[in-house]
Amino acid sequence: MPAEDTNLRYADVNRDVVRSLVETGPKYYITLACAAGLTLVCFFFPWFYQLNLGIAAAGMNHPQVWGTYEANFIFWIGLSHSGTLLSCVLHITRSSWRKAMYRSAEAMTLFSLIVAVTMVMVHLGRPWFIHWAFPYPNQMELWPNFRSPLLFDVTAIATYLTGSAVFIYMGSIPDFAAVRDRTSGWRRHMYTLLSLGWRGTDTEWHRLGWAYTLLAVLIIPLAVSVHSIVSWDWASSIVPVLHQTIFAPYFVVGAIYSGTAGIVTVMFLLRKYMNFERYITQLHFDNLGRLLLALSLIWTYINVLELFTGWYSGASTEIEALKYKLFGYYAPLYWEMILCCAVAPLLLISQRFRTSFVPMLILSIAINIGMYTERFLIVGTSLSRKYLPDAWGLYVPSLVEISILVGSVALFSTLFLLFVKIFPSVSIYEVKETLQESEHAPEPAIPEPTIPARGGAQWQPAQ
Amino acid sequence: MTSAARNESGSIQSGPERGVREKWREYRKPGYYEELDYAWTMTIDLDRCTGCEACVTACKAENNLPIVGEKALAQGREIQWMRIERYWEGEYPNARLSFIPMLCQHCEAAPCETVCPVTATYHNQDGLNAQVYNRCIGTRSCAVYCPYEVRYFNYNDHHWDPPLEQQLNPDVTVREKGVMEKCTFCIQRIRQAKDLAKDDGRRRVRDGEVQPACVQACPAEALVFGDRKDTASRVFASMNDPRAYRVLDELNTRPSVIYLKKVTTDAG
Repeated sequence: MPAEDTNLRYADVNRDVVRSLVETGPKYYITLACAAGLTLVCFFFPWFYQLNLGIAAAGMNHPQVWGTYEANFIFWIGLSHSGTLLSCVLHITRSSWRKAMYRSAEAMTLFSLIVAVTMVMVHLGRPWFIHWAFPYPNQMELWPNFRSPLLFDVTAIATYLTGSAVFIYMGSIPDFAAVRDRTSGWRRHMYTLLSLGWRGTDTEWHRLGWAYTLLAVLIIPLAVSVHSIVSWDWASSIVPVLHQTIFAPYFVVGAIYSGTAGIVTVMFLLRKYMNFERYITQLHFDNLGRLLLALSLIWTYINVLELFTGWYSGASTEIEALKYKLFGYYAPLYWEMILCCAVAPLLLISQRFRTSFVPMLILSIAINIGMYTERFLIVGTSLSRKYLPDAWGLYVPSLVEISILVGSVALFSTLFLLFVKIFPSVSIYEVKETLQESEHAPEPAIPEPTIPARGGAQWQPAQ
Repeated sequence: MTSAARNESGSIQSGPERGVREKWREYRKPGYYEELDYAWTMTIDLDRCTGCEACVTACKAENNLPIVGEKALAQGREIQWMRIERYWEGEYPNARLSFIPMLCQHCEAAPCETVCPVTATYHNQDGLNAQVYNRCIGTRSCAVYCPYEVRYFNYNDHHWDPPLEQQLNPDVTVREKGVMEKCTFCIQRIRQAKDLAKDDGRRRVRDGEVQPACVQACPAEALVFGDRKDTASRVFASMNDPRAYRVLDELNTRPSVIYLKKVTTDAG
């Protein structure tokens, strides 16, 4: 099924994508400067202040030792599942509508992971010793604790980061070559290096196809395991509302959900500001909308399940923690989350809604706000209500934490803005594949050659 | 390869007779020891406890606990390795107060030990849940996992206005910001007692030779401390009292702190 405008030709694709890389106007520079400036002011300066003062800069206390930094961490890892889903899963199911979007989605994955890793460093009490979490031979003869879910995290995220980086780079090699052939000057040098001497021979294409599919198949279980492992940081504890087996599926579904909503947001912005209207069309938004609807329903189901099993257990600690979640201090946040993630996405049942760009943008942002709230509530309401009532507490994020949250979004945006000018953000060769498919479809009205009357030039077969 | 030998004091013999690999196998499986050297246990008799908080103060003095200040206390960042939990029931004039001293329970199946990514907390050969300050990177996951809420984090660096710094115990470090801390059963005193016993001819520490600061300070003698492997010790008798119970026993953490239930009449 042709996903793009059937009047597109190969040359158009080349031209549009190369133009998106080469042409930069003042709007781009201003946006980049704002994003970088915001990152510096909202992320790095408060972090520096916190490194000097200690975690006292944040709002955490006893017993609420985890706060928005952990929530941010889960949120960004969750967002990173967008690329994996779009790139790998839909590649295996041979969905053609993914072809225009998956490069940017993979980039989102990579940058979300990078931001998540910086979040871990912000969260640590002594981040200058973070290298102890890695197993390297040392004079202390100490390995990290392999029984710890946090160490599974380190392993899983390091693997996922490496895998995603290799994946996006490898998939972009033919595109780098295409851009190399159409640029000059320092860009040509850069793309010559990046394209690793790609010539576009049959053997190379064949090998790329195999390698790409192999990595795609390997990255899918990796993505599922990464967020399951992140969930086990919480689920392996004996804290009342956290110690549940549903956590692994809960987090993975939540991750794919918020990641897909993130893709909708980024696709809207790419389409609008990079002039990709012909590549990212209503069809893409329609399909993403359907996906979001399905994920929203599964997410709602899991939430209901959590409430039900907590109530059904009859354990006083569980019921107290759930009551606190629904009706306690953070209740407004809980109901806002339900509104944004369970109720509002029901609008996606209507195809008219799914194919309208601005409403989809607003909904996708609302979904991500709701999902962030969910992560915050997981951290904020569970630690407040543990086993000993004397130790119950309350947590309010400090300005430094809010600033770091804003700064992390700015950091992600900065990285993404740099990405769109270096990597082709729409995959040239895969979009051409869909055009090739559409060229085999019935051609519009090209008249059959008529046999000319006697006296006219006619083609004679070779005698 | 020679097998593990225990000398007359009962501790694992070290020395050239035993290879490095042997010792490694013995010591490097925290939580899975076949036999503990000592099994330090504390019993707290709630009938005797008056809630005076002498134990809290003694612990603060002995272990260089910081004074966090009013603002930090209001934010909930107090550091009290030993705290008295208070629960009010009923309304005036029939209000009743129950209180219980809460400290690190040194659980045999401690939830905090499995989660530390750098093994800054582990179970040592004396049955103590040890916290290694220099190894801690401050993930705070141990505090999340602890059901008793007895782990305290240093949210900032602390200072002692002069001349209070002269009161600091030289046997105990002052923790920097970003490090988790908790009750250690005054491990510095245990070490000292073991050293003295060794100087005395490699004998075991006798019952009553080592007392953590809280046990020493308690005016009602509500706290009893000792080695439960020593069947003649006070703590062994105390923990086998019919009133004995463990807090949050249903979680199977197997704590080393045993409480003796307060005897109350129905009239309260």
